[in-house]
Amino acid sequence: MMKIEAIIQPSRFESVKDALLEIGIEGMTVTEVRGHGRQKGHTEVYRGREYTVDLLPKVKLELVLPDQLVNRAVDAILKSAKTGKIGDGKIFLSRVEEAIRIRNEERGESAL
Amino acid sequence: MKRMGIVCCSVLTLVLLALPLGAQQPPAATSRATPSASASSPEVPRAVTEKLNELDQKVTAAQSSADNAWMLVSAALVLMMTGPGLTLFYGGLVRQKNVLAIMMQSFALMALITVLWALVGYSLCFGGDGHFIGNFQMALLRGVGVNPNPDYAATIPQLTFMVYQLMFAIITPALITGATAERMKFSGTVLFMTLWFLLVYAPMAHMVWGKGGFLNASLGGRFPTLDFAGGTVVHVTSGVSALVCALYLGKRTGYPKQPMPPHSLVLSFTGACLLWVGWFGFNAGSALASNGLASSAFVATHFGAAAAAIGWCVAEWFKNGRASALGAISGAVAGLVAITPAAGFVGPRSALAIGFIAGMFCYWMVTKFKSMFGYDDALDAFGVHGAGGTIGALLTGVCARVVINPIFGDGKAVGGLDGHWSQVGNQLVGVLIAWGLAAAGTTIILKVVDLTTGLRVTEEQEVQGLDITLHGEEGYNLES
Repeated sequence: MMKIEAIIQPSRFESVKDALLEIGIEGMTVTEVRGHGRQKGHTEVYRGREYTVDLLPKVKLELVLPDQLVNRAVDAILKSAKTGKIGDGKIFLSRVEEAIRIRNEERGESAL
Repeated sequence: MKRMGIVCCSVLTLVLLALPLGAQQPPAATSRATPSASASSPEVPRAVTEKLNELDQKVTAAQSSADNAWMLVSAALVLMMTGPGLTLFYGGLVRQKNVLAIMMQSFALMALITVLWALVGYSLCFGGDGHFIGNFQMALLRGVGVNPNPDYAATIPQLTFMVYQLMFAIITPALITGATAERMKFSGTVLFMTLWFLLVYAPMAHMVWGKGGFLNASLGGRFPTLDFAGGTVVHVTSGVSALVCALYLGKRTGYPKQPMPPHSLVLSFTGACLLWVGWFGFNAGSALASNGLASSAFVATHFGAAAAAIGWCVAEWFKNGRASALGAISGAVAGLVAITPAAGFVGPRSALAIGFIAGMFCYWMVTKFKSMFGYDDALDAFGVHGAGGTIGALLTGVCARVVINPIFGDGKAVGGLDGHWSQVGNQLVGVLIAWGLAAAGTTIILKVVDLTTGLRVTEEQEVQGLDITLHGEEGYNLES
């Protein structure tokens, strides 16, 4: 089992979600987050006062998938989240030890 | 023969000219119909006299009801400027944790000033004929009923005049809360505003608008200052007091290092648009009748606001390379402020010029001037109202025209463009008195409040936000 954490542009979220649904992925956890990588922030000016806003809104998706689905899911995210501009985000992959469904205490991949 | 023809033609022309002239002189006809006149000319039957008297009364009643309708609407429009206009405008400009506190300050004034107005306020502003302040003759609204007060507005019930003027007394102190925002105690605000209304607003309103007032232009003032709808009375006094408050209170904790952007320009935007609409009641209503002067003031008001929005945006575009929404609405408000004293004295072209100048000037005041001196006028009450009111009052002296409003008598020059340049000097006297009274009065009142209820919240309260700490509420419980 692998966990995919993808931090993407909020504007790309809908198409990423659709692309994942298309390859048969049914579950995901989505969080609205703030942050920046190399993109840095922007300045806002209110009546002559300048404010630098360096934490920008992003969307974070978390999915835990059986190994054979991971590559297809990563491809789908890459294709649908890319705008080609700085600030498109990142994908992190990590191994997951165990998964437990709370309702019936199923364990392992069948719990996903 | 030929000369005879010319003479005949001339006589005929004269007769023809005289006919409609005679027909256009109803006052002569009316005076003939008065009872005393009919006594001396018994050939007019009694029934005709009675009929004419009846008609006279009907004409007066018709004019009164038209004027009264407009003035009641105007009064409501001016109240709408405070709530929701100003409350939304200011509410959006503060941080989220202080939105209720700033709105509550204006709303509290809607209640507080109304009660004070009934007790003594109206009488202190409009009672008697003193030079500097009214008297207690109309305290508790004694004698204020449906009959007009001919000194001020001969065609509307005095009750209408009274309630219309009350709405001005509400918004004026409310403007000051923009400078003290995000750090002044609610108790301190209530005490400050009570004293400020009695000691600064009432004398200034009486001096400019009250009978016998030192600066009154139409009722025998020493330095006749033109102030149609409150450039000095409302905007200079509140704006200068705002500056004094900002200096006395000190900066907000964290200013200017910590970012304090407006929490919702959508609220501010809505508020500014309501202010613009409400201002028609403020300025056009100041004609105190539904007449041509009201139309003139209405048009000048609208043109001033539009030109100022453009002026501010142009300045901003040159400076930052883009025009902002906050800039556009701030510019419109600055223009409305500047056109307030001028509205009933200037034509549409002068209104455009006054607005444009005010838009650029106020932009400079809130961006450059404020950062040069480093005071924390949180929502720019001084930069917009003090500065806009001052420049508007002075430009009124330049642009006022006798064709718009012959306030000094028929054909007598009014402002600089008429050739009466000394009016600019009179305006300067009015402005200086407003500055002086506001600065001195506010300083004394701040001292008194500081020693009694206290002025500033604790730093802890300020950091946590005034909504929770002063009112026990939050503006937005979006997750509940």
